[in-house]
Amino acid sequence: MSWQQRRGERNERLGAGSRFTNGKIIRAGEATALLEAVLRPGDRVCLEGDNQKQADHLAKALLACDPARVHDLHLVQSGIVLPAHLDLFERRIARRLDFSYSGPQSTRMARMLQAGQIELGAVHTYLELFARYFVDLTPAVALIAAVSADRDGNLYTGPNTEDTPTIVEATAFRDGIVIAQANEIVERVPRVDIPGDQVHFIAPAPAPFFVEPLFTRDPAAITETQILMAMLVIKGIYAPYGIERLNHGIGFGTAAIELILPTYGESLGLKGRIARRWALNPHPTLIPAIESGWVEQVHCFGSEVGMEAYLAARPDVFFTGSDGSLRSNRAYCQTAGLYACDLFIGSTLQIDPAGHSSTVTLSRVAGFGGAPNMGSDPRGRRHPSASWLKAGREAHRGGDAALMRGRKLVVQLVETFGEKLIPTFVEQLDAVQFGARLGLGLAPVMVYGDDVSHIVTEEGIANLLLCRDADEREQAIRGVAGYTEVGRRRDRAAVARLRQRGVIQRPEDLGIDPLDADRSLLAARSIRDLVRWSGGLYRPPARYRNW
Amino acid sequence: METLSFRHTAAHALAGARAHALVGVVGSGNLEALFERVLDGNACVVEVVTAVAGYGAVWSEVIADFVQRYSPGGLRICIHDGGARPDTVALRLAQGVSLMADDHE
Repeated sequence: MSWQQRRGERNERLGAGSRFTNGKIIRAGEATALLEAVLRPGDRVCLEGDNQKQADHLAKALLACDPARVHDLHLVQSGIVLPAHLDLFERRIARRLDFSYSGPQSTRMARMLQAGQIELGAVHTYLELFARYFVDLTPAVALIAAVSADRDGNLYTGPNTEDTPTIVEATAFRDGIVIAQANEIVERVPRVDIPGDQVHFIAPAPAPFFVEPLFTRDPAAITETQILMAMLVIKGIYAPYGIERLNHGIGFGTAAIELILPTYGESLGLKGRIARRWALNPHPTLIPAIESGWVEQVHCFGSEVGMEAYLAARPDVFFTGSDGSLRSNRAYCQTAGLYACDLFIGSTLQIDPAGHSSTVTLSRVAGFGGAPNMGSDPRGRRHPSASWLKAGREAHRGGDAALMRGRKLVVQLVETFGEKLIPTFVEQLDAVQFGARLGLGLAPVMVYGDDVSHIVTEEGIANLLLCRDADEREQAIRGVAGYTEVGRRRDRAAVARLRQRGVIQRPEDLGIDPLDADRSLLAARSIRDLVRWSGGLYRPPARYRNW
Repeated sequence: METLSFRHTAAHALAGARAHALVGVVGSGNLEALFERVLDGNACVVEVVTAVAGYGAVWSEVIADFVQRYSPGGLRICIHDGGARPDTVALRLAQGVSLMADDHE
């Protein structure tokens, strides 16, 4: 009996692949031939598709494989972002999928899932998928993306390190094959993000890998309603709980909060008391708060297109490498968001009267990304903080106070209606019907109601920690659901009682006049203003330049 | 295009001296509202020209809440709605009333 069967298989694959390389470098035009030689039907493959960067050259090479030779692959990757990712299923090169996020392909993903073209394992949160890489979803072959490589296989990932170290760790140390595309082959990489002995083949890419500017929100598009909601969050949540360590999901609502910290937050005397330490992608809209001295430290999941020079010039705030540029790491930052932050705030597409929410609708499957992780109360946390304990006291329902748990704040920030007057509040999530139709065994819920502490809409704040039973909770949610059907079905007397107890707080209860929610509160009102705040270091992508 | 008309009796006439005011802009997701102090006593009429049909019940509640909250007696309000959401409607109505309640003509 052999205990080294996997190693033997790996060596066979390496031998088969080496016919198409000089050393580790794949010869021009031979990437597809190498993949056909290395891959076996049914292989579990991670085709690096992160939240931001994409191994697009290797995706193309994989798509060009002969489906008679390469088929029934099981893709295990966090992002389904490129059209090629789904083309692989249409060509039957891939059959099964486990993933986290599919924003740009959400409509086609929904269609292909419902047509049975993709065999879906589960929609994960990032950290959960990464965890499974080490237990039951270990890739046999990883196809990853780097900025540069040397001939020994050392890789430089640039600011978008993202998922790469995690994927490589799981693959290389379990006798898998790691194939990297690199924008250029150099004598010496600027810094070693992945050591060469973990990388088997390198494909020089004809063009730099694709990165989507996912975290740029143009301040020009922020509405008065979003500013009002940002005021509610700062005065009604960040201030009373003293939130110093936090994570913001992406959206115009959170962008509005970031942009009124130096104005509205300053006027409330909150500088230095809230929003000091972040697990956050480098949102351009955080620049004014950073430049105004609000922010001490930011660890990043990924980077953001155009922010590279600014980040490199602010090493006191951001994590940077020996080369001076940002080092991001999604697994570590997700862990930071889970265990070391006292608050998560983010948006969603649908919320039901129990507070469950999802971005999965019948026509769109955008996946979850990091939200279920950041948007959950970590029951393994053991260190106290003032805000965690305050929330714990509010949620405490009898028993020994000395053994009380703290509570992470999980805030859903939503406007009652979305685009095209589609209500955010619904009696039943589409996810329930979707899960049943696909036989998933689990409705794809993004954040479960019992993890949510607050729901903020333009109608006010519902503090779910203070609700004593399911009925109160339901009325608290209906009470901030505005003129949606869910909101109009509220029990007015019950909602009035909840307001008296401070479970629901309207803007006027917090001393906020909706007429003060003016765009003049935004520290930057355009992308150009952000460039100015950065001293010209932020270089926005062309599509955001309108001057 | 659908035209809706809502007639209310407010608790009292709106304070202030201003004869008319215009808030907002016509545009997608936004709306323009013209406020005129032309009705007698506590009467209030709100006319809505909306691009999105089927939201009569929502409009009716938004406007009833608005009248109860601000008591805009004496006003005729004309709204051109570019598919605006109720929160935008409520905000523009509040902005208009605030302008009309101003003492200066």
